[in-house]
Amino acid sequence: MPKGAASNLLFRDSDWNFETLSRTYDAIETIALDELLLDVYPNQLEIISSEQMLDAYSSVGMPLMYQHWSFGKRFVFEEHLYRKGRRGLAYELVINSNPCITYLMEENTMAMQALVTAHAAFGHNHFFKNNYLFQQWTDASAILSYMEFAKKYIAKCEERYGTSEVEVILDSAHALMDQGVFRYRRPPRLSSEKERERARERLEYEEQTYSDLWRTLPPSPDGHGSKEAERDASERKKELNLPEENLLYFLEKTSLILEPWQRELLRIVRVIAQYFYPQRQTKVMNEGCATFVHYTIMNRLFDQGRISEGSMLEMLHSHSNVVFQPSFDDPRFPGINPYALGFAMMQDIQRVCTDPTPEDRDWFPEIAGSGKWRETLIDAWANHRDESFILQYLSPALIRKFRLFLLTDEAGDNYCEVASIHNERGYETIRTALARSYDVAANQSDIQVVDVDLLGDRHLRLQHNVKNGILLDEASRDATLRHVRHLWGYDVSLAGIDAETDDVLYECSTAQAFE
Amino acid sequence: MPNFIDRRLNPKDKSLGNRRRFLKRAREELKRTIKEQIKAGKIADVDAEHRVPMPERGVGEPSFQPSPTTGERQYVLPGNHEFSPGDRLPKPSARGGASGKGAGTGESEDDFQFVLSRDEVLDLFFEDLELPDMVKLNLKESVAFKPRRAGFATSGSPTNINVGRTMRNSYGRRIALRRPSRADVAAVADELAKLQAESNTSGAHQKRIEALREELDKLERRRRRIAYVDPVDIRFNRFEPQPLPNASAVMFCLMDVSASMGEREKDLAKRFFVLLHLFLKRRYKRIDIVFIRHTDEAGEVDENTFFYSKQSGGTVVSTAIEEMLRIIEERYPAREWNIYAAQASDGENSAGDSDLCVSLLHRQVMRLCQYYAYVEIIDERETEIFGTTDNGTSLWRAYRTVDSEWSNFQMTRIARPSDIYPVFRKLFARQPTMQRRTERR
Repeated sequence: MPKGAASNLLFRDSDWNFETLSRTYDAIETIALDELLLDVYPNQLEIISSEQMLDAYSSVGMPLMYQHWSFGKRFVFEEHLYRKGRRGLAYELVINSNPCITYLMEENTMAMQALVTAHAAFGHNHFFKNNYLFQQWTDASAILSYMEFAKKYIAKCEERYGTSEVEVILDSAHALMDQGVFRYRRPPRLSSEKERERARERLEYEEQTYSDLWRTLPPSPDGHGSKEAERDASERKKELNLPEENLLYFLEKTSLILEPWQRELLRIVRVIAQYFYPQRQTKVMNEGCATFVHYTIMNRLFDQGRISEGSMLEMLHSHSNVVFQPSFDDPRFPGINPYALGFAMMQDIQRVCTDPTPEDRDWFPEIAGSGKWRETLIDAWANHRDESFILQYLSPALIRKFRLFLLTDEAGDNYCEVASIHNERGYETIRTALARSYDVAANQSDIQVVDVDLLGDRHLRLQHNVKNGILLDEASRDATLRHVRHLWGYDVSLAGIDAETDDVLYECSTAQAFE
Repeated sequence: MPNFIDRRLNPKDKSLGNRRRFLKRAREELKRTIKEQIKAGKIADVDAEHRVPMPERGVGEPSFQPSPTTGERQYVLPGNHEFSPGDRLPKPSARGGASGKGAGTGESEDDFQFVLSRDEVLDLFFEDLELPDMVKLNLKESVAFKPRRAGFATSGSPTNINVGRTMRNSYGRRIALRRPSRADVAAVADELAKLQAESNTSGAHQKRIEALREELDKLERRRRRIAYVDPVDIRFNRFEPQPLPNASAVMFCLMDVSASMGEREKDLAKRFFVLLHLFLKRRYKRIDIVFIRHTDEAGEVDENTFFYSKQSGGTVVSTAIEEMLRIIEERYPAREWNIYAAQASDGENSAGDSDLCVSLLHRQVMRLCQYYAYVEIIDERETEIFGTTDNGTSLWRAYRTVDSEWSNFQMTRIARPSDIYPVFRKLFARQPTMQRRTERR
């Protein structure tokens, strides 16, 4: 490298200080905004130590979190793995908020800090701000203040009603977190601090003035025909908006035994579950986007002579660790690495746009050879989730590169069958199957509230729509049902109905379980 | 320009409260596991770190999970080298499908264990024995330390300055920095004085004087700047606390293994011996444990046989005492060893043998032993009858005579785990006076 270029370096050695961090940030920002055309929330970079990183891990990565023993459990577990050297700490943690908060670890070298800045403060940040799921389902500007409210509220409840009282409700609510999201309709926006305050005051007022004496029960009409009963059932289902897929929401609104503050706890857990739901649907895209962005920016900085060869090698080393994909028969195989798949797909899109093969022209007529890879990527990042992204953009070239193959597995057989491999006939099948495996809504057990007679025995009926014959694990099913019963207060039953044939596959009820 | 915030000085351990909550929940389960481990493990191991598997009950977080053994699934996997469509692969395990191996956190969570420190184990152990807090602290107290020389340090108290080492450093530094010695200065001063004494007024002479003056001045300044002893030279003697070597002790565990000593009786006896071991371990650096069990004949056995062997037969207690005397004579001379003995029995003895035991104790054992404790394990229903009276089995009645004569002999009855500690305390409470009396003898 010529002498003149050396003076252009952003940093020389591995130590960092705020001046180099800031200088590097500016250089990265220029490339990110001007060349990659990214659009980001304002950044806030926070330097933390490794212990603080462990702390942040265990509270689901949120800077503010209420207290619960399960976070302690997670901490103990993570720390154990870390101490044993079985798992390294993440180099960064980023929070979907406005301003976007990125944690940088004190122990990182300067080269790593640069990588992390590009990865998190620009890659993830852009994705959070622009992806439609995040835009529609999360409210980046309100989440931190909501978490602050939640933490204070729960602490206040603990003070008033006792830690263990709060804990049992949170335990039950956590068990239903997966069933605590709206998958299809848009949830109401998080209200502002003021509105929440007003709602709570109203609740408290109701609590104070409520008297059981004022309650009147409607007289029950005699002589029901079976048809009338059916009509009644459908009417009350309509009234309760059944079926309802969001169990937590249903319990919060309808449970007859919960105190107002307990309902608020359910609401808090539900809001957090909802907030993380888009992240679960966009793991491949989100990590792919961040990895692609840091890789592109780092290479650009190197081309500009602003990063030394040594630093570049260090970054490439951790980059290739991150995007390493072991084969299925490798003992290290943990499943498909979302970083590897996402990054490879985005690089592939870039290649298709700039340097397509005839095959690519067949498969991607709109983008092949257009040269507009930036625009294509920005569009993909904004308008897809993992499932649709893979379905749209996974190319035969990449299927060959990963040597993907499709296995079918039926519970009764003692072998798996290879259904498709990376050849002409297999591309479509593999792509569809892979896309489907990233569809969170399809892979999660579909459990809904279908019926309850509030004026009768108040027996809550849940229905599990069984797809492909995949039942629930019985021990955890029964334990979870007990949690539902705890929140509902009366017996709860769960029926497994085959989604295609409508056959009842199993039925269980808390009434049986306790006998 | 982004917003940088340095959070490193923020309090860490934000999750400490959460961890406390978790441990509180896990505690019951930990206690149960520790109890099991102590029951199954060796006496000496109680007082050590323990690994306890992650408790499941109480800290499980259930949710609706698909069962891996049902249904049809499809997996897309990377790294195909040899398969063609239609190939069949045997499933690796009952967990179904190739994704079974190493998938998820389930497997790694299984081998996750708590490591409980010695103190935590003791806490859990003593909780069961209903130990008052004060005494618990006392039991955990560590041995005395004596400071031992351990090299040098650059900091310390002035009384610990090592003059020799300090001066050696100072000398080396003075040489390295070329501090002018007193002789050098004196030489120049002498020459200057000599020249000044001469009444030579030539230019060369004056110049020489001038040069010498300057030289002298320089030397003086240099001497002032480079200290004779600098703070960096100073070395302190460093001391390391070393545990005081104290005497050795041997603990004899005598147990009746006749048919009447069932699982419960042995467990109670074991807990008693464990407590004794912990107690002695605090006072002695080295403890040996000798296990002697007896039916109608006695023998030395290892711990495992002692507690778990099913051998059974009649009862002649004196055989155990004779065996103990034989071992003492053979291996543990009373001059070098502090000898403790604890005998656990249900009190049944063959007719006439109790008197033999008493005479053995009177004539030999009590002179050799620091302390002899007899614990009679009785049925819970019998506590009502025997709890307070002198009445009881033949052995109990016979031992009363020893008890009245020797202050280092103690006897008591236990029926429940929670009895053990209070009884233990009673047994060892009179220790100080007892020791004085033995010395006088």
